Amino acid sequence: MAARGLRLGRLLVIGVPMGWLLLFFLAPFLIDFKISLSEVRLAIPPYAPLLEWADGKLVALHLQLTNYRYLFTDSLYVSAYGYSLKVAAISTLLCLLLGYPMALGIARAEPARRNLLLMLVILPFWTSFLLRVYAWMGLLRNNGLINNLLLWAGVIDAPIQMMQTDFAVYLGIVYSYLPFMILPLYTNLEKHDGTLLEAAADLGAKPLAAFLRVTLPLSVPGILAGALLVFIPVVGEYVIPTLLGRPDQLMIGRVLSDEFFANRDWPVASAVAMLMLVLLVAPIVAFQRVQSNAAEAR
Amino acid sequence: MSRSRRSVLVPSVMAFGFAFLYVPILAMIGYSFNNSRLVTVWDSANSPTLKWYSALWRNQQVLDAAWLSFRIALLNATGAAILGTLAGLVLARFGRFRGRTLLTALTTAPLVMPEVITGLSLLLLFVAMEQTIGWPAGRGVTTLTIAHITFSLSYVAVIVQSRLAGFDVSLEEAAMDLGARPVTVFLRITLPLIAPAIVSGWLLAFTLSWDDLVISQFVAGPGSSTLPMVIFSKVRLGVTPDINALATLMVLTVAVGVVIATVLLRRQERRREQDLRLAAGAD
Repeated sequence: MAARGLRLGRLLVIGVPMGWLLLFFLAPFLIDFKISLSEVRLAIPPYAPLLEWADGKLVALHLQLTNYRYLFTDSLYVSAYGYSLKVAAISTLLCLLLGYPMALGIARAEPARRNLLLMLVILPFWTSFLLRVYAWMGLLRNNGLINNLLLWAGVIDAPIQMMQTDFAVYLGIVYSYLPFMILPLYTNLEKHDGTLLEAAADLGAKPLAAFLRVTLPLSVPGILAGALLVFIPVVGEYVIPTLLGRPDQLMIGRVLSDEFFANRDWPVASAVAMLMLVLLVAPIVAFQRVQSNAAEAR
Repeated sequence: MSRSRRSVLVPSVMAFGFAFLYVPILAMIGYSFNNSRLVTVWDSANSPTLKWYSALWRNQQVLDAAWLSFRIALLNATGAAILGTLAGLVLARFGRFRGRTLLTALTTAPLVMPEVITGLSLLLLFVAMEQTIGWPAGRGVTTLTIAHITFSLSYVAVIVQSRLAGFDVSLEEAAMDLGARPVTVFLRITLPLIAPAIVSGWLLAFTLSWDDLVISQFVAGPGSSTLPMVIFSKVRLGVTPDINALATLMVLTVAVGVVIATVLLRRQERRREQDLRLAAGAD
């Protein structure tokens, strides 16, 4: 009796979060996939049903791959996917180059200062993403703070166009995603055993060699976690390219959003989402590996 | 030689990095007190001024949106704290069971999933559900709350799970051996241990919901614009001084809240560690 109650309780504790996520996280992808195979229609909702029923019998099955074919033939989509992957890869690298020394510096700081520095990294993470991107608009505009300062100092004669450029997109992304790179790196670097570096030094290794042969290899899991936390969401980034980016080269998140809101073409928007998901499956699985390895190591 | 070079490199990159993180926000705060409508032209004769703050106070659209966002954030944080704690508990303490891999996947994927995908898919689910079972009728607070809980419960689960991983199961096992029922063990031992993690998770879920734009845009209905949606529609047209003021208020509220919460949690943590040390010393 007690054992049965125990099993039931255990099932309930597992079942509640599992049920929620199955219904509201996994099932939506299946519906997304279904709608990506249907045809757009002027109706509410604006897509044709896949199955047609009459008198309780299935009379027709409409499966269309045209939405997908469309994505591969129209150069708008191909270039948007390519551009998104390129932007995500380069900004991940930039975040790593800036974030690694920062994480290392924090991990090696005095304990009292370390907490303060860590808080300074976490604080932007808690403030609105949208507002942090917006803050850059005030700096980058033609009559913004940076141009005004440069004009005033006589460095330039005419404002530099910084908004609506690739530069602004990279800047906005690195700015917004930097804490996601620093935190997992810090978590990793902080656990390193300092005696390893002392041993390397005793054996005659210069600090650079010790870094390359001890610290860097040990920090690979942190690098991977940080890189994936930046790369995956950036591929689908919407806010930053919309506010700071080029109007002539869209990222795929913007394309999806335009198909859905402006063109009301739900099936094509679904196909765009599905293809993005296919591109991201491998990185997402890798991220889960890294996460569960880290959880087991603790 | 190389030692001194490295000791310069790391601090200078750090200084640059922190300046990079904070200068834009500080500039925005400064300009919120600027009298000129031309946001970046400093009107030194009439500044600083609070006029954009008082304009905000009279802007009914902003006030309505803020109230809506606040209600959703409260509902979301509470829902996400409960579901996320359950998920974190299961992942940290339940050992192997069928479906463990699936639950791990379902709790970590929302952390990285691009928001446009989650938002679109959830909307399509809501539409399909409304067609077949008639619920949720229309889109608004309900759909926004469900969507927010779905992505923020993962953050709570990760925080709770890593907190539990830091504690030995021996306390819980000892209570079990003494005949305590699982519910009692959870309420008397586990819950107090993970309370700080649940509080942090609740706060994080609150701010994630309060700040969310992309997913909300998909699942909000007409007439249910959240604060970030109102801000975004204004910001797309350019920089405006009243948004600077609003942004300053939002950033400062969060900053003060986070600092206070961190200090309080750390103090409590230290007390608990002392208690544990005393307890360990006593035997």
